[in-house]
Amino acid sequence: MHHVRLPRIGTIAAWRSHARTLLGNGAAPEEVLWSVGEASADLFADDAPALPAPGATIRVPRSAVEAIETALCHRDGERFSHGYAALVGLHRRRLRWGDRSDSTIGRLLKLEKAVRRDIHKMHAFVRFREVGPVSPGRRAFAAWFEPDHHVVETAAPFFARRFGDMDWVIATPDLTAKFEGGNLSFEETRDRTPPPPDASEELWRTYFSSIFNPARLMVSAMTSEMPKKYWKNLPEADLIPGLIRAAPERARRMQEAMPSAPPSHVERMRFVRPAAESPDGDLSLQGMKPALDACRRCPLGQCATQAVAGEGPQDARLMIVGEQPGDTEDLAGRPFVGPAGKVLDQAMTDAGLDRDAVYLTNAVKHFKFEPRGKRRLHRRPDTGEVTACRWWLDFEVATVAPKLLVAMGSTAALALTGQGGSIEKRRGTIEHANSGQPVLLTWHPAYLLRIREPSVAAEARQRFVDDLARAKAIVGA
Amino acid sequence: MVKRTLNEKLAILADAAKYDASCASSGGKRRDSKDGKGLGSSGGSGICHAYAPDGRCISLLKILMTNFCIYDCAYCVNRVSSRIERARLSVDEIVHLTVEFYRRNYIEGLFLSSGIIRSPDDTMADMVRVVRTLRERENFRGYVHLKTIPDAAPELVEEAGKWADRLSINVELPTEQALGTLAPEKSALTIRRAMADVRALREAAREKTFRGRRASTFAPAGQSTQMIVGADQATDAEILSTSSRLYASYKMGRVYYSAFSPIPDSSRSLPLIRPPLMREHRLYQADWLMRFYEFDSGEIAPASGMLDLDIDPKLAWALTHREMFPVDVNRASRELLLRVPGFGTRSVQRILEARRHRSIRYEDLVRIGCVMRHARPFISLPGWSPGHLPDDENLRARFAPPPVQQSLF
Repeated sequence: MHHVRLPRIGTIAAWRSHARTLLGNGAAPEEVLWSVGEASADLFADDAPALPAPGATIRVPRSAVEAIETALCHRDGERFSHGYAALVGLHRRRLRWGDRSDSTIGRLLKLEKAVRRDIHKMHAFVRFREVGPVSPGRRAFAAWFEPDHHVVETAAPFFARRFGDMDWVIATPDLTAKFEGGNLSFEETRDRTPPPPDASEELWRTYFSSIFNPARLMVSAMTSEMPKKYWKNLPEADLIPGLIRAAPERARRMQEAMPSAPPSHVERMRFVRPAAESPDGDLSLQGMKPALDACRRCPLGQCATQAVAGEGPQDARLMIVGEQPGDTEDLAGRPFVGPAGKVLDQAMTDAGLDRDAVYLTNAVKHFKFEPRGKRRLHRRPDTGEVTACRWWLDFEVATVAPKLLVAMGSTAALALTGQGGSIEKRRGTIEHANSGQPVLLTWHPAYLLRIREPSVAAEARQRFVDDLARAKAIVGA
Repeated sequence: MVKRTLNEKLAILADAAKYDASCASSGGKRRDSKDGKGLGSSGGSGICHAYAPDGRCISLLKILMTNFCIYDCAYCVNRVSSRIERARLSVDEIVHLTVEFYRRNYIEGLFLSSGIIRSPDDTMADMVRVVRTLRERENFRGYVHLKTIPDAAPELVEEAGKWADRLSINVELPTEQALGTLAPEKSALTIRRAMADVRALREAAREKTFRGRRASTFAPAGQSTQMIVGADQATDAEILSTSSRLYASYKMGRVYYSAFSPIPDSSRSLPLIRPPLMREHRLYQADWLMRFYEFDSGEIAPASGMLDLDIDPKLAWALTHREMFPVDVNRASRELLLRVPGFGTRSVQRILEARRHRSIRYEDLVRIGCVMRHARPFISLPGWSPGHLPDDENLRARFAPPPVQQSLF
């Protein structure tokens, strides 16, 4: 039989070192008797005959060790033997970590969960009060807290990370954590008087009672997360009964009060948003964006961020029309700035076209998409939407009056020529727009991005460049 | 006017801020003050430091810089036409409150919002000054959430994102039409554009961390938004579809739903209706289903457009899709397991892990932490067969609270 006496401070580190030795020497769980006694870690040695250092390495998943050591903070008197039993089982592969149907592991996880909650509540409900300074240049604070389990040593480093520039003391019924001049230490609690209230507490109480909404009283939701056992050390908690009592009456009074007439000075103060340009007035290419933004000829405008108007000189000889803005264009409010836009830019460069000399636009001006989690999936606009948006495209075509139009993809073809359908057979041909201008049909650059086979993609891209070069030749740019 | 004390101003401005639902303080960049040169830590999961009797957690000092406002939003207690008491906190006062509360471990940080005074730019500039002072002068490393004013200049939003952990812009109402009626000075377009800007700025400021993850230095905890429920006629289906668009379009961390709450000094144009708080709760559950359970916004709400108030949306979905059940727990795919009422994401993960080693029995599910009362009719596995339960006409009645007879008086 091994009798291991663990110190009250540094308990877990001591348990770990003993457990390692015992395990290395093949001690069975029922052969070890654990107890916590001595105050400090220097009385490390136990009464049992010293065991030789362990030979074999101990292989247990790190997550298991972390969970066991957390569970050891529980106030359950059997915690050390439970922890050791789990360690032995895991080491000898009798147990599989994560197997909740095993009683040893199930029991341990239950302890661990209770401890984690207790640590969390300590992080939440410790309330510091300012006390006289201990070291020069650092403000000093003190708190009294009563955790359910032996969590002070495990919970305290959080406060050291958070309150690095001040000195603080957290006293609990058994241990006290001290942080002075940047050093964290623990000692047995001598003074059990909570520190006196400080001036800021009144502000906090004011805040607590003002942030509460009496129209939505839900006491059980509060007490399940902030159980009454914690209340006695919370400076705000004694306000709670009064707030609950007065709530129904306050809510009723709000509801019964008649709507009030606004004070007379309101009209002077009210904010007036500059009105968007009306699409019925004198519309220009430059002033088109606000009017487009307000367009609700089809439902797409409500779902997209904004409209994307065409871009380019009013006297452009070439006008290139795509399908619709994509995710990037929708965010930026500018056409062809996303991945497909990059393909187009490169192809234009290769074809010797200057982007600044071309008018670029889309058949549909709002992005049509389907939300899928955190992404937007592009959806092809339907005939109704294309028709609704034709009004704008016709306006752009009429105003710019280009010598040649390039329709990229079948949606643009539909909008310009009235003929939808596959672009496959029509690519490279010239059709005529409703307005009479010639329309050169080609692929949409997004299609090039979708081709998987590199050789096919390269060839398609070359044809696309050829089409653009041909457009350049036709307009003589 | 008599000069108000800090305590009085705090009371007014905390009171005015209580209608903001957001309280999250998790995520973002890991920071601490181990070096002894600053105050605070953040990153990881946030902590709720207190709970008010309305059941809401208090994690951040949630206040308005001022409740003066030149907008006239009918649902808002601070609208220009309301007769409530007005106050304004100075930059130093807000910094003082934040730091003193933080040092006493009352809060995780600051959630600053404001009424619009003078102009959107002036107001936003003051708010940015608060955060910059906290960060630069006080070396504050706690969490800061800034409610961004959509009409403010993009440069101000850019600076705000440099100092704050999270930015939020409220969409306010589920539809453009409702916004036009109830908040005539606000513009849905401007709101969406501001959200788009935040997303674009976040993506532009991504840095590769040593773990290969790409964290943004701009508003590291992301952006969120809030929608008022019950002030207009929008159905739950419309609300969820708006939310799913917000998540997809602007990579929202969260969409908060706030049941329209009676306010003191209501507006003539919006009588005080009191939507059931349960509606807000069901919307949050539905939102969870979209984000973590692979439900599509369109399939959660029933044809009526309104979620069932008596039972949770996942259970309601299962009851109308009986043909999918019972699910064989030992064989079903992850997607299908996630659809079983009473199975959470963590339970499903544990089931999948345990399944690799051996066949799962009924008792295992209990230990795994499944809510068996809900799951039982929808599953089959060794140790349990639902028998006729999946087809039981009265299945809904087993879960719904018993009907209450209408009061005669």
